[in-house]
Parts: sequence; structure tokens; C-alpha cells
Amino acid sequence: MNGNDKAGYLKVRDVIKKFGEFTALKGVSLDVGEGEFVCFLGPSGCGKTTLLRAIAGLDIQTSGSVEQAGRDISTLPPNERDFGIVFQSYALFPNLTVKKNIAYGLENRKMPKAEIQTKVFDLLALVGLTEHGDKYPSQLSGGQQQRVALARALATSPGLLLLDEPLSALDAKVRVHLRHEIKMLQEKIGVTTIMVTHDQEEALAMADRIVVMNHGVIEQVGTPEEIYADPATPFVADFIGTTNFIDGEVQAGGQVRVAGLTLDCGPAVDGMAPGDKVTVCIRPEDVQINEAAGEGVPGGIAVKVTDVEFLGSFHRCHVKPMNGNGAVNGLEFMVDLSANRARALGIREGMDIHASLPAELVRVYRSTASV
Amino acid sequence: MANGATTAAATPPVVKPKVSGEDWIMRAVLMGIGLYLTVSILLPLYAILSKSFKNADGVYIGLSNYAKFFSTPALFWSIQNSLTVTLICCVIVVTLAFIYAYALTRTSMPFKGLFKGVALLPILMPSLLPAIALVYLFGHQGIFKSWLMGHELYGPIGIVMGECFYVFPHVLTILLIAMANSDARLYEASDALGASKIKTFFTVTLPSVRYGLVSAFFVCFTLVITDFGVPKVVGGKYNVLATDIYKQVVGRQDFEMGAVVSMILLLPALFAFAADRIVQRRQVALLSARAVPFEPKKDRVVDYGMLAFCSLIGVILVSVLTMAAFASYATFWPYNLTLSLKHYAFDMMDGGGWDSYYNSIELAAWTAVIGTAMVFTGAYLVEKSKGFKTGRAAMQLLCMVPMAVPGLVLGLAYVFFFNAPGNPLGFLYHTMPILVICTVTHFYTVSHLTAITALKQLDAEFESVSQSLKVPFYKTFFRITVPVCMPAILDISMYLFVNAMTTVSAVVFLYSPDTALASIAILNMDDAGDVAPAAAMGMMIVGTAAAVRLVHAVLSRGILARTQAWRKR
Repeated sequence: MNGNDKAGYLKVRDVIKKFGEFTALKGVSLDVGEGEFVCFLGPSGCGKTTLLRAIAGLDIQTSGSVEQAGRDISTLPPNERDFGIVFQSYALFPNLTVKKNIAYGLENRKMPKAEIQTKVFDLLALVGLTEHGDKYPSQLSGGQQQRVALARALATSPGLLLLDEPLSALDAKVRVHLRHEIKMLQEKIGVTTIMVTHDQEEALAMADRIVVMNHGVIEQVGTPEEIYADPATPFVADFIGTTNFIDGEVQAGGQVRVAGLTLDCGPAVDGMAPGDKVTVCIRPEDVQINEAAGEGVPGGIAVKVTDVEFLGSFHRCHVKPMNGNGAVNGLEFMVDLSANRARALGIREGMDIHASLPAELVRVYRSTASV
Repeated sequence: MANGATTAAATPPVVKPKVSGEDWIMRAVLMGIGLYLTVSILLPLYAILSKSFKNADGVYIGLSNYAKFFSTPALFWSIQNSLTVTLICCVIVVTLAFIYAYALTRTSMPFKGLFKGVALLPILMPSLLPAIALVYLFGHQGIFKSWLMGHELYGPIGIVMGECFYVFPHVLTILLIAMANSDARLYEASDALGASKIKTFFTVTLPSVRYGLVSAFFVCFTLVITDFGVPKVVGGKYNVLATDIYKQVVGRQDFEMGAVVSMILLLPALFAFAADRIVQRRQVALLSARAVPFEPKKDRVVDYGMLAFCSLIGVILVSVLTMAAFASYATFWPYNLTLSLKHYAFDMMDGGGWDSYYNSIELAAWTAVIGTAMVFTGAYLVEKSKGFKTGRAAMQLLCMVPMAVPGLVLGLAYVFFFNAPGNPLGFLYHTMPILVICTVTHFYTVSHLTAITALKQLDAEFESVSQSLKVPFYKTFFRITVPVCMPAILDISMYLFVNAMTTVSAVVFLYSPDTALASIAILNMDDAGDVAPAAAMGMMIVGTAAAVRLVHAVLSRGILARTQAWRKR
């Protein structure tokens, strides 16, 4: 065969993209396996769309290579590559009906008319638009238009499906519904898929693997669980979910000194020497709360609740650590409590409680890495 | 960077994107159109420029021709004359058109549609025709001669009157567009802050249209100073630059002096063009996507005042056209006013007869078809092709050049270029194709900008999607781009057709006895004293242009309603 292995269906190597003086991608390398659903996630301007467009050949990289199914496609124009694409605007042809839109790529392949019809019919059924085939795009809702764009991209059975922020033009409810549908569809037909998004929730819900990007570099690649539970950098910890950041200094014995308190961080500080400046991170929902001080939970600290935000299914409490003579200067962090737990504790502003930061859930980063 | 050397050494090789067959096709077509514009505008301009530095024998004599121009008072006074009438026209027309546009956009005056239609009437006629109508109204045997209180029509008065009529719709169109972009929120805010109407006008209305006003001024300036039809008919002994070119070349056969005057006429036109481009670039930033359209409120005093004003203007515009029509039907002005079609027997007169009319139709049709195809294809490639940045930018610049070149200068430049001994394209001289080439080029810029505007409104990713579907660009061009842009394409073709019918300036040096045109026939019949037949030929052009506009309207409503069903929800 042609050296096509499942693990490396798409191989991106050292891709650099410059727009004049500005470097949008600073040497990106990445492997995508066959049938995988990968999300490029990052804030706007991080280079995720640039990377997607380089893979598509729409804006070819300044240097570096792209290989798909064992074929070097680095220099090829889009029409010599093998992909289907859905844009944020959908780019549906306004003067063609839904059916004609979907058939657009097929009609050019000298496929018999009957075969095209069957294929279009199947695709319409696949995206649940059977009865809308003869309408024009402007007569459809945003979600329906998005599905037409998807069907059109899949019509030619491409080896790679590229989705450029496909959901961000839709309203919230439709978005949640469609992301589930797209995921099911992708699993059903098994097409290798790359989706660009700035919405972390979307990425967590849909992707097999997430590529977190920032300032033109990849910060971390991993499954949604890995990215969330074990962020490789403070940026990832901050961008995905919510995290408390606390500056500190490593001490002997796996401990970190933070503004007058000593936290037990266990294996998280392995490989760091005492005196290293670090940033301690813990997610608000990982902080454990006990009713009152004095229960003697190891690693626990006495805190005062300064503010409680009601956020529907949970409460976010802002707390300040206390010592003998009042609040510890400049230190405050967030604690998330489920509605049940908050009710059981009777949480309210001004309350004195006891918080503990479980060592296995605390992450410590060297301070050089800025957020 | 301290380690610049090592960084440079480590720089990975730059990826050279493969240029596909399609890219080559696109580049070739783009270069083809670029070559066309080079041959049809740049080279002729060079020819006329170099001619102005040579004597009749083709020997280079430096600035001697220019020295002669400036030492001959009869010649250089034309500069002052031209500037005088042009500036007077600008002040009058911009003021009147501004009030007219204000009435149409910012008041609840009745009959707005009617007034808008009436104001556009002059577009349908060559500028010679209103001038001829003025002869009948205020000339030696004019009905209203006494209104001039003993002053002579022929001269600056006639030129100003004729030009004001001729440029009014052009200036009005610009001001209407500028005023349409008003933001109701600013008026509400001004109202809420208790500002008076007058104050609101000066603090909100005027600033928001200032770029439009400047633009209108420059367009008016360029149109008037380069127009040839009006001063030719009612200029009398008052020489202006445009008529000087014609007199030097056609009257005195002094081609070199014609070239010098052309260069001098090119200067103010170039200046106005450059200034207008700068202003237009600024205007873009003014529009906000969240602006709320302004809905004028009823105000009896303002509304009826404006109605009176617009009616006055409307009556003037209609009466000029009516006068021309009546003049063409009156058997023998002013002695026998019974109506007849006697003056429409063009074959009995000099000037080319009915053939000239058919030639005009032929020229207009070719110009519309070839011009639209070329302009739209060129605009598409400039806007949508990939890579080849320098080529596309150069092309965009090239497309702007025709706008800056007055028709007379272009026409004379063609004479020098195509008639030069040894030019392999010389066979085109005195043929229909050269008239088509000249007219397409003359009106290229406005058409190009219309096409670019339409193309910019398309989704930028249509081309990307078709590439991913492996559909060649030309299929998408014909199946998607052209149908979706059909309204703009029809606009362009109508613009080219009507202008080809009415233009005089560029083609006046280029026609041959076999390719005489209707607009030229007007000129020649008027010269020969056959003023009524000239008016009749003018009415033929007006009728044809109006019919084409009607067809265009029907097409836009009828056929477009079918092909553009997708526009409806």
C-alpha cells in the first residue's frame, strides 16, 4: 500500500505561516489519526483557522509540510487535495436549491444522473432535510443551512472533513443540538474531521482529541479529559474551564508557600527545587469545603466567604484565607459548590468555613510561563 | 537579534505553492485584459504626450509647443474661460442638487418617485441636445430671448445654462447616495438634546454628507471642464479648452497644438480625479453597520416648500426636453409651427443620414455586450483570483485610469496612436471596432467599480468551496457568480449602451464616413445650420436611450424575478 497508517492519516510538520511581518503559525507539528475527530481550540487570533486553511491549501503555509494519507500535499492547490469544508458563513450558493447545492460537486464528476439523485436523496436523509430539497438556502433556518453545507461537503465522500467554526453563527439552543448531531454523523460515517472553534464547551463535547492553540503555537494536545484534568500549561488551565491561580514559592518536602500559608502539593512539585517561583492552580470545583474550622482535615485552611454568586446548578463562592489576625493579604480564590452541597452547608456571605486543596488535584507551574 | 546568522541558516525552505492549470488560465485572462487596457489607454496616452513635444514633421522640439500656447493669448485665455464657467456651474449645480436630494431623502414631500425620474432625464441625451434646446429658448429667435435682458446666449451664459442641465443628474445621483446613508439615531439624539432644526442641519446633516458634497463637486468639475457638446453649440466666440482641442485639430489641422491643449485639459481632470479618490477612500469608514435608517417626519412648511422648489427644477428640466422635441417637429421655426416629421428625413441632410443612427445602435450594442463581458470578467479576476498579487494590484490601478482621461483627449490620443505609421493595429483606424474599443475604454472605470461592488457582496468562500468540490472556477463563475450578480451586470450593460449612444467627445475624431454616429450627426448638422434636424436626431437618441432603460427595467423586474427567486424568503 502507500504507507498510510491509521495513526498518521494527516501529518503536519513544522508549519510556519507569515502574513507580512506577522507570524501566525510558529512551527506547528501535529498528527491526526484516520477517523478521528479533532478540534482546534483557542482564542481568536491564535492561528487555528490559519492552520485549517493551510491544511486545506486555501492559504498555503510559508514553510513546513502537510501529508495526507501518505501523500505530500504541501504545495498542492485545494482542488488537488481531498477534503470537504464547511465555513462559518456556510457559503451556500444562493441561486441553487438545496438539492443542487448538494449535487454541485457530484455533477462535475461525470456521475450518472440517477446515481447523483440517489446520493443527494441519501444525504438529505442523513442530515434530516428530506422535505426541504427544493427550497432555496434563504428559505431555511440557520441550523438547516448549516446541515446543507455539511451535506454538500460530504457529498463527494472526502477523506477529510474540515469545519471552520461551523456553529458559531447559530443561537445557543440550536448549537447544542447540532453539535450532538454532527458528532453522531461523524461517528456514523467515520470521516476524519478537524473542527476549528473558540468555544471550549463545544470542543469538550465533540472532540476525540483537542489541540489547544495560543499565539501560533500548540499549547497541548490531548483528549478532552486530559486537557481538562491535566492542563499542560497555565494558559490551558485558564482557557479551559475556570481555574484559581495563586503565586507561590516551592519549599522542601513537596510544599509550596503561598502568601503566608503553606500548601501541600505532593507530586505536583516533583522536579522543582526549593525557592523556585511557581503558580499553583486548582479548579474551583476541586476545592473541598467543610462546615467549620477544627475538623482537622489535612492541608485545610480556614477561610471566610466574601461573596456568593448563584449560577444556576452551582454556587461560586469567593473566599479569603484567614489566620489569627484576619484575612491574609491579597489572597482570594473561588470555590464551586453544587446546589445540593451549598444548601446543606447553608452557604452565605461572611460565613467562616474550612477549605482544603487536595494535593492530587493541585497543579503547579513554573512562573516563567505567563498566562 | 544577536544570533541572526544562525536563525537565518536554520530558516526552513519556503514552500512554493504549485500554480495549477486553473491559476494559469486566470492569470492569462487577467493579463489579456491588462494588455487590452494598456493598448487602449496607456499607449495612446503616451502617443499624445510625445506628440505635444514634437513639431509637424515629428521632430522633437522640447517645450516649444507649450511656449507657443502660453504666448498666444487666444489660446491660454481658454484656461481662464474654462475654469470660470466650470466653477460657476459647480456652485450652482451642487447647491441645487443638494436641495433637491435633501427634498428626496429627508422630507416627506409628495411625488418623490416622479421627481427622481424627471431629474434623471438629462442622462438620456448627448450634451449637444440641451444646448440646441437653449438656442430655441434663448437664441436669436428664442421664445424667451427677452429674459436674458439684452445679454447674448452664445458665450458663458449659454455654456453655464447648458452644463447645469447636463450635469444635474450626475451630481444628484452622488448626493442621493451620500444622503441615503443617514443614521436616524443621530437625529434622535440631536432632537433629545433640544437642538433646533437649523442647528441639527449644520451639526448632523451637513457633516454626514461632506464627503459626498466634495465628491459631487469634483465630478461636476470634471464633467463640465471636459464637456464638448454644450460649448460647441452655444459657446459662440467664448473659447474653452474642450472646444479649442476640436478647433485646433479639425479646424486648423494643428495636431501638435491639439495635443498640447489636451495635456493641459488632462491636468485639472487628473487633479479632480485624484482628489475624489482620496475623499472616497475616507468615506468608507463613515458607514456603521448598526446605523438605523432615517424616516423623515411630516412638516407642512418644509414639505411644500421643497415641493415648490423641486417642481420649479422639474419644469425647467422637462421644458428643455420639450423644447428640443417641439423644435424637431416644427416645420419651419419660428414661422411655421405646424408639426411634421420633415426634419426626421435625415437621408436628405449631411451628417450621415439614418445610417448614422443605425451605426450608433450597432456601436452601443457592441459596447454593451463586449464591454460588460470584459469589465465583469476583469473585475472578477481582480477580486477573486488567488496569489499573483502584483498583477492584480496593477490591474486594479489600470482600471482606474480611463476615468481620469477626458473623452476628447482619449479620442485624439487614438488618432496619434492608431494612425501612426508602422502601428500593426493601424488597420483598426476608421472602423467600427476602434469606436467600440474607444467607447468601452472611455466608460471602463465606472463599470468596473460597479462590478467590484457587486462582487464584494458575494460570500468570499464560494471559490474555496468549489475548489474543495473540485469544480473548475469557470463553472462556478457561470453557474453562481454571474447569475447572482445579474442585477449589476444588467446595470453595467445599460450604462455602457446609453453612454455609447450619447457620447460625442471621444468618437468625434475617430469616425469615418462609413461609421458616422447619431451624436456626431447632431454636431455636423448643427454646424451646417440644420438645427432642427439636429434636434430631431437628438430626440432619436433620447427615445432609444429611454426605450433601453425601459427594457432594462422590465428585464430587472420580469426575468430577474424568475432567476432571482432565491432572493425572496
